[in-house]
Amino acid sequence: MSQQLQQRDGYSQLAMDLLAKAKRGGATEADIIIADGETFSVQVRLGAVDRLTKAREKHLGLRVFVGKRSASTSTSDFTADSLNQLVAQTYILAKAVVEDQVSGLPAADQLAGAKPDLDLYDPTRLNTEQQIELAKRVEAAAMSTDERVTNSEGGDFDSSSGRVVLGNSHGFLGEYQSSSFSMSVSPVATDPETGAMQRDSWYAVQRKFAKLDSPEAVGLEAARRTVRKLGAKKVATQRVPVVFDSETAGSLMGNLCSAVSGYSLYKGASFLAGQLDKSLAPEYVTVYDDGRVVGGLGSRPFDGEGLPTRKTTVVERGILKSYLLDTYSGRKLGLASTGNASRSVGENPSVGPTNFYLAPGTKTAQDIIKTVKQGLYVTDLIGFGINMVTGDYSRGAAGFWIEGGELAYPVEEITIAGNLKDMFAGIEMIGSDLVFRGRIASPTVKIAEMMLAGS
Amino acid sequence: MGELVQLTSFGLTEGEVLGALGRVKVRDVDYADLYFESCVSESVSMEESLVKRAAKSVSQGVGVRATAGEKTGFAYSDELTKKDLELAADTARYIANSPSGTHAVPVPVHHRPTRDLYPIERAQAEVATADRVSLLNAIDAEARRYDPRIKNVMASLNTEYKVVMVATSDGTLIGDVQPLSRLQVTCIAEENGQRQAGSFGGGGRVGFEFYHEGDRYLRYAREAAREAILNLTAVEAPAGVMPVVLGGGWPGILLHEAIGHGLEADFNRKKTSAFSHLLGKRVASDVCTIVDDGTLPGRRGSLNMDDEGTPTGRTVLIEQGILRGYITDKLNARLMGIPVTGNGRRESYQSVVLPRMTNTFMLAGTLDPEEIIRSVDRGLYAVSFGGGQVDITNGKFVFSASEAYLIEGGKVTRPVKGATLIGSGPEILTKVSMVGHDLKLDEGIGTCGKEGQSVPVGVGLPTIRIDEITVGGTQR
Repeated sequence: MSQQLQQRDGYSQLAMDLLAKAKRGGATEADIIIADGETFSVQVRLGAVDRLTKAREKHLGLRVFVGKRSASTSTSDFTADSLNQLVAQTYILAKAVVEDQVSGLPAADQLAGAKPDLDLYDPTRLNTEQQIELAKRVEAAAMSTDERVTNSEGGDFDSSSGRVVLGNSHGFLGEYQSSSFSMSVSPVATDPETGAMQRDSWYAVQRKFAKLDSPEAVGLEAARRTVRKLGAKKVATQRVPVVFDSETAGSLMGNLCSAVSGYSLYKGASFLAGQLDKSLAPEYVTVYDDGRVVGGLGSRPFDGEGLPTRKTTVVERGILKSYLLDTYSGRKLGLASTGNASRSVGENPSVGPTNFYLAPGTKTAQDIIKTVKQGLYVTDLIGFGINMVTGDYSRGAAGFWIEGGELAYPVEEITIAGNLKDMFAGIEMIGSDLVFRGRIASPTVKIAEMMLAGS
Repeated sequence: MGELVQLTSFGLTEGEVLGALGRVKVRDVDYADLYFESCVSESVSMEESLVKRAAKSVSQGVGVRATAGEKTGFAYSDELTKKDLELAADTARYIANSPSGTHAVPVPVHHRPTRDLYPIERAQAEVATADRVSLLNAIDAEARRYDPRIKNVMASLNTEYKVVMVATSDGTLIGDVQPLSRLQVTCIAEENGQRQAGSFGGGGRVGFEFYHEGDRYLRYAREAAREAILNLTAVEAPAGVMPVVLGGGWPGILLHEAIGHGLEADFNRKKTSAFSHLLGKRVASDVCTIVDDGTLPGRRGSLNMDDEGTPTGRTVLIEQGILRGYITDKLNARLMGIPVTGNGRRESYQSVVLPRMTNTFMLAGTLDPEEIIRSVDRGLYAVSFGGGQVDITNGKFVFSASEAYLIEGGKVTRPVKGATLIGSGPEILTKVSMVGHDLKLDEGIGTCGKEGQSVPVGVGLPTIRIDEITVGGTQR
């Protein structure tokens, strides 16, 4: 058993031991991340259990610096032999690449001291029967509200929890636990006249079980979103105002988030390179990234390099005020890290959002739709037609035609196109309906004009 | 035959594997399997003319699955001890509601796959990091030599070496070694304050020497640079319905999105696919014959066997326009009463098996590609694409061009900026009126996502003409 160092409580010790071993092996600096967790997911379909998945997993990632050279490795095998080999191999790999003048750990005095408890963990454990019951309820609610809902891709209930330990050779050692509970359902509706089918889904996700919406509320919303798509048609090619619902507006915030990532910027691969302190959008547009939201889905006490997380104002009253940076990309741009290092085990740090959102306005979604004489209300976007280097944007869309301020009929098989720079500059209204269902969120957004391609 | 070599690499005996299998295969379980996997992946990457990143990742584990009727129980573990196997087995069989106990499973016939589509020795797969570094440096130099407007070159070489072993309750114990490699180049071009990107890459289930054959790696560098430079002069793309000519090779992503996903058996068993009721019906013009073929040597989407131990095959999906078949895994084939096609795939031991594509392509027609372009008065000629996506249920799909040109008066004229094309899966291929004789498979860069699982795939296409499809540009 001395070969197996897999005791959870032993991970901090394991991290320190491996860092010491890396130093002895020639590393000038090193950091290590150890993650473990368990997941349990249940899928039911048409009222019967379709799939149960249960697992526990662990992973360890080591990054070693030899002067200005560095390499990263990872393994799921925690036996002493395997870990000794890993340390040796990482050193060899690091020696094989060239020197990179700005590489290295963050400065010791910048590392997180106090590590606040952000209330990310819920010890609630649901047993198999409870999870099956919840998955059945969310699907039943979706299937029973409208007779046009004829089929289902299934109802899901997932729970997971895990722990992250991060340590580095400056003496940083941090650890936190987190959990997640989520449910979703994907009903299929059939048009009674044409037989054409539509599918949509709805979901809820929280770190705390008690905060989840009821399965009935999630199921009803899924059915509503699905049935309303029946009878969708194409509309003619034209320039129109476009209202993005909160889900699709969230994807625009996702695009902004990629464009302000330090790595895209220093490589010249973002349309926002060189735009700091310049106007991006009208003055009623403010965007934050806040890593310290209590219970937030993107919250964490320290980032993937051990720096404290914080609230960053990315766009303030329309002006691009900050990029999202880790230590490396910050140094490349001559700026300080914003505490946004994101770390998948086994990879170098990259930049990721914490809780990234567009500050809400005061209008309801309905108020916003009312301002549109003729235009598009987008509820679905598909495809990857975004060129981050230029901002050129062209994606498949579905939603509703707006006629005289009202949703007239569902539309599909159309594209919307423009350039993200023009789209952000063209934000005319922002809704009050900000709800976090992930790390990136937005209220409803109205954009002055985009090109719609249809029939 | 002797002991299966993979047993040794996982440190297991046949008795231990069969013991765990017997523990899952309780009375009401129709089928059970154990999937052992060990994977080493390595990557080296370059930017700003510096090869500054190297990474290596090792993972190992087992996935244990039981199916009973439509139900699947699944558990996985990154430990391979007898105790961990038993725990996973007990979790997986939970869905069957049968009493526990060990049941006899058929004694497996040891075998290797009947062919080897990717004969790469471990020694060849393990290339000195220094050699990878010099390959990437040469790519940087070649791209910058192509045109001084190339301001940055990013290149990465990713390799994966996967050893798998599958033990099934229907009497198979089989192993495979699955190498995979991909070299990707992206160039950023800049002129008068305007920036553009171009990308190119390739690979397959091949060794490092593949990139040196005919100086492929240098061609990748030039192609990425060429696309970036070309896009500097691209004009706004048109918007609306028009004829589109797709070039050969990677534009075959059309088939993957428009029909491939819709023909995966799980969606059709559940009757949630737009193709659920179309077997035997016309879904394409009679010049279209489309296959999924996992048996092409060295291809990124190829496999000696799928992840349930079934040999891969060649499945005719559409024959002269008529929908002929679905692609299946064991569960869906059994429930639908149709043949197993060897398309049961999974991303890793941590994921369940799903019916997935391998290499999906349209067979060559007879026409000269030049003649196809000449037939279009005003339209789009698209030769390279980024990603695509499909809504299985309503059949609407998109794919986004990254290199495209206007066709004006039967001639290819100006390059246009990227644009998304959108259509309806069951209808789009009925609008294919011309098929060229120039079938090409892609270079080996495709990755397909489904239910959060990524697997490598291939596509292929001859030059074709689609009479009308909606092009999502910005210009009337």
